[in-house]
Amino acid sequence: MHVKYFLVKTLRAFITTFLLVVFVFFVLRITGDPAQAMLPDDATEEDYIEFRQLWGLDKPLMEQFYVYCKNFLHGDFGQSYKDGRDVFEIISQRLPKSVWLMGMSIIFSIVVGLPLGIYAALHRNSFGDRFIMGTAVFGFSMPNFFLGIMFILIFSMKLHWLPSAGSDTWLHLLMPMITIGMTRMGSYARYTRSAMLNVLSKPYIITAKAKGANRNRMVYLHALPNAAIPIVTVIGTSIGHMVGGSVVIENVFAWPGIGRLLVSSVAVRDLPVVQAIVIIMGLAMVLANLLVDFTYGLLDPRIRVTAGDK
Amino acid sequence: MMSDNVKNEKVKFEVLSGVVGQETKLQKVFRKVPPMIMLCMAWLLFMFIVAVFWEQFAPFDYEEQDLANRLAVPKIFGGTDTTHFLGTDSLGRDFLSRLIRSIRTSLLVAFCGTIITAILGTALGFVAAHFRGWVDEAIMMMVDFQYSLPFMILALLVIAFFGNNLVFFVFLLGIEGWNKYARMSRGMALSAQNNGYAVAIRQLGASPVRLYTKHILPNVSNILIVELTLNFPAKILAETSLSFLGLGIQPPDTSLGSLLSFGRAYMMTNWWLAVIPGLTIFLTTLSMCLLGDWVRDTIDPTIRK
Amino acid sequence: MREKLVEAKGLYKQYALKSDKLFAKRRYLKAVDGVTFDIYKGEFFGVVGESGCGKSTTAKLILDMEHPTKGTVLFKGRDMSTLKPKEWRAIRLDMQMIFQDPLGALDPYMCVGKQIMEPLEIHNIGDPKDRKQMVLDMLAAVSLKPIFYDRYPHELSGGQRQRIVLARALIVKPQLLVCDEPISALDVSIQAQVVNLFKRIHKELNLTFMFISHDLRIVKHVCDRIIVMYLGRVVEEAESDELFANTLHPYSQALISAVPSLTPDAQAKRIMLHGDPPNPIDLPKGCRFASRCSKCTPRCLESEPELVDVGNGHKVACFLVTGKEGINAR
Repeated sequence: MHVKYFLVKTLRAFITTFLLVVFVFFVLRITGDPAQAMLPDDATEEDYIEFRQLWGLDKPLMEQFYVYCKNFLHGDFGQSYKDGRDVFEIISQRLPKSVWLMGMSIIFSIVVGLPLGIYAALHRNSFGDRFIMGTAVFGFSMPNFFLGIMFILIFSMKLHWLPSAGSDTWLHLLMPMITIGMTRMGSYARYTRSAMLNVLSKPYIITAKAKGANRNRMVYLHALPNAAIPIVTVIGTSIGHMVGGSVVIENVFAWPGIGRLLVSSVAVRDLPVVQAIVIIMGLAMVLANLLVDFTYGLLDPRIRVTAGDK
Repeated sequence: MMSDNVKNEKVKFEVLSGVVGQETKLQKVFRKVPPMIMLCMAWLLFMFIVAVFWEQFAPFDYEEQDLANRLAVPKIFGGTDTTHFLGTDSLGRDFLSRLIRSIRTSLLVAFCGTIITAILGTALGFVAAHFRGWVDEAIMMMVDFQYSLPFMILALLVIAFFGNNLVFFVFLLGIEGWNKYARMSRGMALSAQNNGYAVAIRQLGASPVRLYTKHILPNVSNILIVELTLNFPAKILAETSLSFLGLGIQPPDTSLGSLLSFGRAYMMTNWWLAVIPGLTIFLTTLSMCLLGDWVRDTIDPTIRK
Repeated sequence: MREKLVEAKGLYKQYALKSDKLFAKRRYLKAVDGVTFDIYKGEFFGVVGESGCGKSTTAKLILDMEHPTKGTVLFKGRDMSTLKPKEWRAIRLDMQMIFQDPLGALDPYMCVGKQIMEPLEIHNIGDPKDRKQMVLDMLAAVSLKPIFYDRYPHELSGGQRQRIVLARALIVKPQLLVCDEPISALDVSIQAQVVNLFKRIHKELNLTFMFISHDLRIVKHVCDRIIVMYLGRVVEEAESDELFANTLHPYSQALISAVPSLTPDAQAKRIMLHGDPPNPIDLPKGCRFASRCSKCTPRCLESEPELVDVGNGHKVACFLVTGKEGINAR
């Protein structure tokens, strides 16, 4: 087992997280007095003193950074401007909703995209194949907010089938999930198709076919696992894209997640909330990427097995 | 020897593709352009003309309000208004003029952003490849950082703290996607170093700047051009998304994203106020993506997707 | 006393190896391990040896494209490591290099005429108006018609490309031309043409050549003096005729015997080498050639022989020849 690979990836994740925190810290300091930036207009002199003490603003920069990180690790992100509530509390209320939406969207993309890709690979150059390949560009270039609005127009306003705002029932989930999922679904289909085609043309598959092997067995037991590597890679790289997209989609569908919270906080300059969400989202991204890297490491035999392994 | 027409075509392709050594090949290929791609080029040309000559095309002042004539339904959608070809918006402003102005703003911002990103990314990639060592490590760390975080999140953070005046916004867009250029140009520069001609040319006494600008850059131009065609739609999407959220282009100026955002509230009755801007964005980005794919397949089919 | 153009003194060059394991000890590859020789002005100097013996690395050290880990290179009496960047660039006018892969040495996107002109632009030689003519003259000198000016590297054959590289190197009128396996990548029929071109240039311009090759027939044909390298060291040095008539080192003997001869009465007395070459990263003590040498003695396994002059400028590094005590075991 090439342990070095996993260690390097973990180290990279740490460095990226660290860079993110430094970046946010830097941005905050650059815009002037952090106390002024982070406290609402009607804050009293005492509030300022208390804030300065809490965040160590009178101490040298390095110490400030240390205090900054320490506070974060304790879950202390400050208070929101809007209502004075603890930021961490606000976020933790809304985070599950976003995770739910993102998770379902990714699952949707995979569940629909992969079979489409397999179908396209097995029925190469048919109309279905060409159509599926076309959807990839469609997904890549379609503005997701426009797609969402069109869905609302058709399914909520004209047909009255689905609700257009909120998150109470699973019906509420459908449209936002499909909107986010569709952006990358086409690309998954495309990658699955080319990975499958690649594997299906390998000599050992052709000999198995010649020997009369069951086609299903061939596809699912032999071809698909080998095609898994590029597919996992492309899923990994697209997670970031979908997270970015979810920020906008949560707005379109009034989904009460942290994406929506982020945008509304930016609009009113509720900086404590913005700062916290960015760091948490960033951290989530880094963890997701790390998970993908680990999965890749376990799948790719070149990394999983070294020459000296028994 | 060569007729002027052919010569001009040659120059045009040199400019279009930057691929100096393969003019004749490109000429042959251009005759085989599929109709779909022709359509894309036509649409993009149309958008380009509208963007450049927006003042001539707009029938009204895009900011002029006419509160007595709000949300007028134009003839083409079954209404009575004949002065405003696409009707008016919620403040009585001529929708067609606003659309035209939006096209101009969105395309201009996306174009500037694309150029900034290309220059920034390519230069940093070259710097990383040339100096190696800790400079390379530092730059690649920034590239990884950019790859691992969605641009939207970074953009929102920066806008929250710095505000969004126009020039600043364009530079912010310039940060989207620089990592792709950096990785590509670094890769090309490294392979040039290994290939030998970088060594040979340095051996002749050429300065590093000369090596990168006169030799490596033309060799990378293939891939860079393809990346440009893919980056431009990404810029449009980034800008319109942020404007849609109200955080990008600010009033009184207007973008396709903000048009869509305003039009959304009136979708029940005046659906075109939302559909038309959205469709414009989609057709433009789709055309660019299809064109980019075709350009890539033409110039070098061996580039992996 | 002939003037020395290049003096290489005790050159060492090692490369650190990257390892897969996390805590492995740093290992080094000693590409060049104590090489000393001189090149005289106007001579056609040959360097022979198998792949991996350090010939290319030595060339890079001579040209100061890489810095030696230890040792010095003097060019026209000047220590190369003391050169400032400006001086380094200026010295490019005096020393040029021809590479094994002519396609790799040329920019694929520039027409070859412009590439030949490039050194003139870099060093600001001549009037810009005259430069094209200078290039055309150079093309003629390497027997290429002026029409080749606008061609691109991928449109040319291997031999033509190598001529272009040669033209580009010669246009600044250097004093030293280092050729690293310049003909190995070419078709056999073309090799002779290109080599004869080198010979002609050597005579007409009185240019000093450092010619690196593993092909002994060519080396015999053109070189005045030759050094034989093995695993980073010089094992034999002699004038060309002397070397082929009176080969002293067992390795050189094996090399030369492997050259097929066309004379019908020459017996194919090939000396076969047995055993494996040692790992260049983990060199055993004693003579490097010991593991493959048929005449190996116990002494050869103990210490490494030095390069010793046995008369007429003929130097050998072998106990059996010199009987001299060598460097102590490492």
